[in-house]
Amino acid sequence: MSTVNEAPAVGLTHHGSEDTGLGNRGPQSKSIVVPYGFWLFVLSDMVLFSALFATYASLVHATDGGPAGHQLFHRSLVAVETGALLASSFVCGLAVIAAKQKNMLWTQVLLFATGLLGFVFLAIEIYEFRSMIAEGAPPQRSAFLSSFFTLVGCHGAHVTAGLLWLGTMMAQIWTKGFQPHVGRRLLCFSIFWHALDIIWVAIFTIVYLIGTLP
Amino acid sequence: MTDHENDLLDVAPGEPHSNILSESIAYVIGLGLAVILTGVSFWVASTASLWGPGVAVGLVVLAIAQMGVHLVFFLHVTSGPDNTNNVLALAFGVLIVFLVMVGTIWIMAHMNANMAPMPEMTNLQIQRG
Repeated sequence: MSTVNEAPAVGLTHHGSEDTGLGNRGPQSKSIVVPYGFWLFVLSDMVLFSALFATYASLVHATDGGPAGHQLFHRSLVAVETGALLASSFVCGLAVIAAKQKNMLWTQVLLFATGLLGFVFLAIEIYEFRSMIAEGAPPQRSAFLSSFFTLVGCHGAHVTAGLLWLGTMMAQIWTKGFQPHVGRRLLCFSIFWHALDIIWVAIFTIVYLIGTLP
Repeated sequence: MTDHENDLLDVAPGEPHSNILSESIAYVIGLGLAVILTGVSFWVASTASLWGPGVAVGLVVLAIAQMGVHLVFFLHVTSGPDNTNNVLALAFGVLIVFLVMVGTIWIMAHMNANMAPMPEMTNLQIQRG
């Protein structure tokens, strides 16, 4: 695949160099390799979610005489959730820019806002789950509800893990300052957070909007 | 490392590049497009003025468009030569996601159709007991 004159080379080869791997200039710097590796993890996470989406799509009509989606879901709640997560993703991007400028105050303020909006999302989701269980629609009621709680709950678990990671990043930036390795971790966090918003787009479309069509 | 050398190297996914002003503007544009697409999705799902059978397809198209907006404006995945590795990895991920989802839905729907005459068997779509 790699020939001598091929410009944008694949893998670890470099522009215009004659080597095919670890040649004249060696591998890419850590600031490229670390987020790239994390990008691969995020993509594999999306493959995991695709399996959960496929399960949900196969079982969506298997309600066993129990409640169906259009009886359980509230679009107004989902709209607020969607807005909170989208705003959180946006503010997270601004926080990465502030961190790049090494502005401690704005980085911390924007990261805190990211976490707050993420927490709003999570609180609404927990409220929704609790009220569904109270209405007689727990995960064990039907295959449809099992797959629903697995899919949406898996996303919620990712958001929870992301909030813990976010708190850790705020503490590390505060104590260690804007060192390169802290910056790489923050960049990885932002990739994770944006990816969760992409998965949420699929969830609110497939589960909540298509699931409640008349 | 000089700026000139930097231009030749790859960029990391999610890394904001170019100058600060346009970085922020990219996020604002992305947010605006995402809000519009989300709003249109919720409107399409609620309105009665559209042809019913087409609504679900339209919603899927809107969702895919919004994922594209997120990838370009928030994760900064572009078609530039410095992004080749990121795009290749993304393309492979999309391929696997597509195979898993379409393959599962296709096979399970056919299996369910073939299981239909046997009500005593475990039927995913009916699921008694």
